[in-house]
Amino acid sequence: MYYKSNGYKVFNVFNHLFLITMSLICILPLLHVFAVSLSGKSAATANIVNLWPVDFTLESYQKTVDNPAFIKALLYSVYRTVLGTGIGMAVIIFAGYALSKKYKEFKSRNGYMWFFVFTMLFSGGLVPGYILITNLGLINTIWALVLPPALSVYNMILMMNFFRTIPGELEEAALIDGAGLFRILFYIHLPISMPALATITLFTLVGHWNSWFDGLIYMMDTSKYPLATFLQTVVVQQDFSKMSINPEDLENLSQRTVKAAQIFIGALPILLVYPFLQKYFVKGIVLGAVKE
Amino acid sequence: MRSGLSEPSAHTPAVRAESKWKRGFKKTWPLHVLILPALIIALVFHYLPIFGLVMAFQDYKPWLGFFKSDWVGFKHFQSLFMFDESVQVIWNTLIISVLKIVCGLFVPIVFALLLNEIRKSGIKRGIQTLVYLPHFLSWVILGGILIDLLSVKGGLVNRMLTDWFGSQPIFFLGDGDWFRFVVVVSDIWKEFGFGMIIYLAAITAVNPALYEAAEVDGATRLQQTINVTLPTMLPIIVVVATLQLGNVLNAGFDQIFNLYNPLVYDKGDVIDTYVYRSAMLKGDFSFATAVGLFKSIISFVLIIISYRMAYKFANYRIF
Repeated sequence: MYYKSNGYKVFNVFNHLFLITMSLICILPLLHVFAVSLSGKSAATANIVNLWPVDFTLESYQKTVDNPAFIKALLYSVYRTVLGTGIGMAVIIFAGYALSKKYKEFKSRNGYMWFFVFTMLFSGGLVPGYILITNLGLINTIWALVLPPALSVYNMILMMNFFRTIPGELEEAALIDGAGLFRILFYIHLPISMPALATITLFTLVGHWNSWFDGLIYMMDTSKYPLATFLQTVVVQQDFSKMSINPEDLENLSQRTVKAAQIFIGALPILLVYPFLQKYFVKGIVLGAVKE
Repeated sequence: MRSGLSEPSAHTPAVRAESKWKRGFKKTWPLHVLILPALIIALVFHYLPIFGLVMAFQDYKPWLGFFKSDWVGFKHFQSLFMFDESVQVIWNTLIISVLKIVCGLFVPIVFALLLNEIRKSGIKRGIQTLVYLPHFLSWVILGGILIDLLSVKGGLVNRMLTDWFGSQPIFFLGDGDWFRFVVVVSDIWKEFGFGMIIYLAAITAVNPALYEAAEVDGATRLQQTINVTLPTMLPIIVVVATLQLGNVLNAGFDQIFNLYNPLVYDKGDVIDTYVYRSAMLKGDFSFATAVGLFKSIISFVLIIISYRMAYKFANYRIF
């Protein structure tokens, strides 16, 4: 057997070392930021923090939580994520179910499919989209963040492909028992599709939480920035001119430990859902690649 | 279900076609209703802006609107190719995206093959858990982390370079060439794990009998990998590679926007960031739309070509 040869044994040791190092490189930057966020102010400025906090303190988190602008952004993010995921999932489930019908039963199906797929291939781009949102009067409203991404054609196709794997006999049996379309969807398709639903819901949640650019261009009122946009302006861009905050807050915000704490809080929800996400997304991706 | 054959044949063809359509609609209208929300969103937020592209041929003024702004023909497209700045931006986009596509194609394949050699499923799963994670973090978070890590004044990376190798601190995000390097490497760092998933799935589909046969013929593990594993992965590699063609003008807006600064505009500014600054900071809506339209049309053609190629070579279909 090949794995008994000496050459392979040597390779195996190096392979393990290499892959473990690479996977640690994926996580160490985050750990470093976490360590900085828990360190004392002077230790962070003196650049002596590596992967373990120096002069452990929760001061930076205290300052972050005490900042009303941060909390407001956090709550607005939660609001947008919940509303956006709810609307988005409803749109995808309904359309995905209708489009999962065979061409024989639903002749308009292919026409609709091309109509939706075209939106993935060509778009008006940044400026026409921005002018549309302005003309619709959606600037500074939650709808500017929730409605445009409500139709993810990619996720809709994922959902549709999953529905198509459900045997037609189940639906026929329900039809004979007198169930209507909605009943079939809610009592047969959805319960069977739990793994796919979980995958797509988590993708949508993560997408909304991470989304920052729409907040930056559609929200003129900076108090309506979602957290990702807030972090973009305060931590990454360092554009304090956009934030209406008093000088004392400003000094706090620009501190390295406080910045690290804000970054970590921004990443925390993703880290919390990640175990659930990981359980499903591998299946979801393979599913998306499988076609009838 | 009634079949179309029992249709009364007395009607003229036109009337029959209409009644057939009507009958079809009567049976399927609930399905149309289910699609309606998606249809409205696609129409309003995806199709309506396409009409807004006419402003690329106007001198659009927000207070005049589409109907009263002056028509200027291809003026903005001409300036796109005349300004040194915008030509440089197109080159930057091509250089960064091609580097990303080429490296981003090979790294996940190599990692999938190496990970496949790890037999202890616990270690394998642990590695997978860690390498998939960065994909789910946004470039705002990662940008914040990278800016801190790569800082000239005491960033962790520069501290390691000076302490361990005695080199001078490197201005990663302030020097154009280093900036490109950071953009390509950090993009691969974020995405290689996720890109690996599809190859790992392909590897599990290899028929074990093929390995056994190769073993009997005295093939080493490396020979088995080259002659058994890789050929099985080839169709999916071809699909991934061809579909990347549509990304040639996508250098990664989120990433570059969160990492760049005026110091590296000459080598790091790409089409999408240029469009953003032209429109949102300079208010030059029409020019920005023209640049965006130029990108959209080329990308559209490339995507169509890539789908055709993926279909031809690997029988891949979108739906």
